[in-house]
Amino acid sequence: MDPIISVKNLNKVYSSGFQALKDVSVDIHRGEIFALLGPNGAGKTTLISTICGITSPTSGQIQADGVDIIRDYRVARKLIGLVPQELTTDAFESVWATTNFSRGLFGKAPDPAYIEKILKSLSLWDKKDNRIMELSGGMKRRVLIAKALSHEPKILFLDEPTAGVDVELRREMWELVRKLRDDGVTIILTTHYIEEAEEMADRIGVISKGRIILVEEKATLMDQLGKKQLTLHLQQPMRSIPTELSGYALELLGDGQTLVYTFDVHASETGIGEILRKLNELGVDFKDLKSTQSSLEEIFVGLVRSAAQQKEEVTV
Amino acid sequence: MNVYAIRAIYKFEMARTWRTLMQSIASPVISTSLYFVVFGSAIGSKMISIDGISYGAFIIPGLIMLSLLTESISNASFGIYMPKFTGSIYEILSAPVSPIEVVLGYVGAAATKSVILGLLILATARLFVDFEVLHPLWMFSFLVLTAVTFSLFGFIIGVWADGFEKLQIIPMMVVTPLTFLGGSFYSINMLPPVWQTITLFNPVVYLISGFRWSFYGVADVHVGVSVGMTFVFMLLCLTIIWWIFKTGYRLKD
Repeated sequence: MDPIISVKNLNKVYSSGFQALKDVSVDIHRGEIFALLGPNGAGKTTLISTICGITSPTSGQIQADGVDIIRDYRVARKLIGLVPQELTTDAFESVWATTNFSRGLFGKAPDPAYIEKILKSLSLWDKKDNRIMELSGGMKRRVLIAKALSHEPKILFLDEPTAGVDVELRREMWELVRKLRDDGVTIILTTHYIEEAEEMADRIGVISKGRIILVEEKATLMDQLGKKQLTLHLQQPMRSIPTELSGYALELLGDGQTLVYTFDVHASETGIGEILRKLNELGVDFKDLKSTQSSLEEIFVGLVRSAAQQKEEVTV
Repeated sequence: MNVYAIRAIYKFEMARTWRTLMQSIASPVISTSLYFVVFGSAIGSKMISIDGISYGAFIIPGLIMLSLLTESISNASFGIYMPKFTGSIYEILSAPVSPIEVVLGYVGAAATKSVILGLLILATARLFVDFEVLHPLWMFSFLVLTAVTFSLFGFIIGVWADGFEKLQIIPMMVVTPLTFLGGSFYSINMLPPVWQTITLFNPVVYLISGFRWSFYGVADVHVGVSVGMTFVFMLLCLTIIWWIFKTGYRLKD
């Protein structure tokens, strides 16, 4: 399938000399929810800003639905909606006026019925005559989404969409995003909340220090990189791990009453049976056991750390 | 041409005017009227006429020009500065609009406000001073031309400014003194020859002179020179704006 967004060898060097994007290449599939993860200053917002035309690229090529975003900027930009990270709105305008303004700005004829539909879907209809300054932070975030959707974009960028909003609103936004995806809108979101990416994304890209270090299906990523842990809560505390078990990836935690075994889910032999048998032979009793899988957050931290280590090795 | 975008920006800016009617329209009309009361009705009759025109009537074109210049700059600079200040400029930068369309929206709205203001001041002046407009079409053309030119200048200031102080500094420290010294209250022919020559370096002289000609048929410099100088300044502003959008100066990172 041809990508709806194609970024090739994109570089961005600011006038200060700081290189925010380094040879970034990534394809976004039509109709997917793509989560872009990365620590602060990794280049997430620069990448989005460059695709949307807010920042000029230093080199490289970006296409939206097959058209160059610079040469055919009118066609490309009409396809894209952007919800920025900051709550950047005009304070004195009404919700209704600012949403209609956005639609006009993106070259669409006025359509009060459509704007009404958008505002209703975002629970903003009863606030349509309110000035934006009178709204709460969560409501302002919804207004930004309404503005971004006002021109019926095919691609929606959400830069930290749920930053600073309460749990209930976050859940509502997740539902809205899924609904938009079901309606055929391609969603690209950046987030600090790994839980958000885990909950919603079809694919995940990880960016660190301006480089895309990984793009993968979420499920595959979790399968490939996810590790399972078996946690045993012992009856009696243990001073150290017995030598009979030294060949296994075991850790003794806390007061010596918790034994954690990390294993690869895809290995032909996980070693669990062997460990349990040896513990039994050694007379070690346990009162509880549980197994857990690595969260996306742990995977993400591992990837970023590994990328940093690789860079250090190259430098040395 | 993205006509919907031009209309959206224009409507948005005009809505700000109606929202702040006291500040945008009433305040400059009232403050300029005070000049008419003082120099027209109160002490105008005690002063000599200039070129056969009563003093109260003589100062009307200059005072309208004073308001027109400062308000055009202020309206346009504030219009583009506020999205930069709030961060909502991202929407303009990411929209399918060309620089020409952005300028048409912002400058068009700023110039419209200034022209409305100029006509209101003109109507208010009639309440205090008797005057005539010999060439009404030229008068209106000068009004529009000056409003557009100085709105373009204001747009540049709004892009350049990185704080509210800078927004005020050019109108307050440059434009107002140049207008006062540009023949608003006197004919430059009343100055000693050396100062007449120096005054001709003040671009506002040409605006006031041309505008006054449209009222009374008398001018300090030829009307053709006035029109030409205004177009030169407009061209200069357009060139700077073209460069701003080409380089992204203070708009894009």
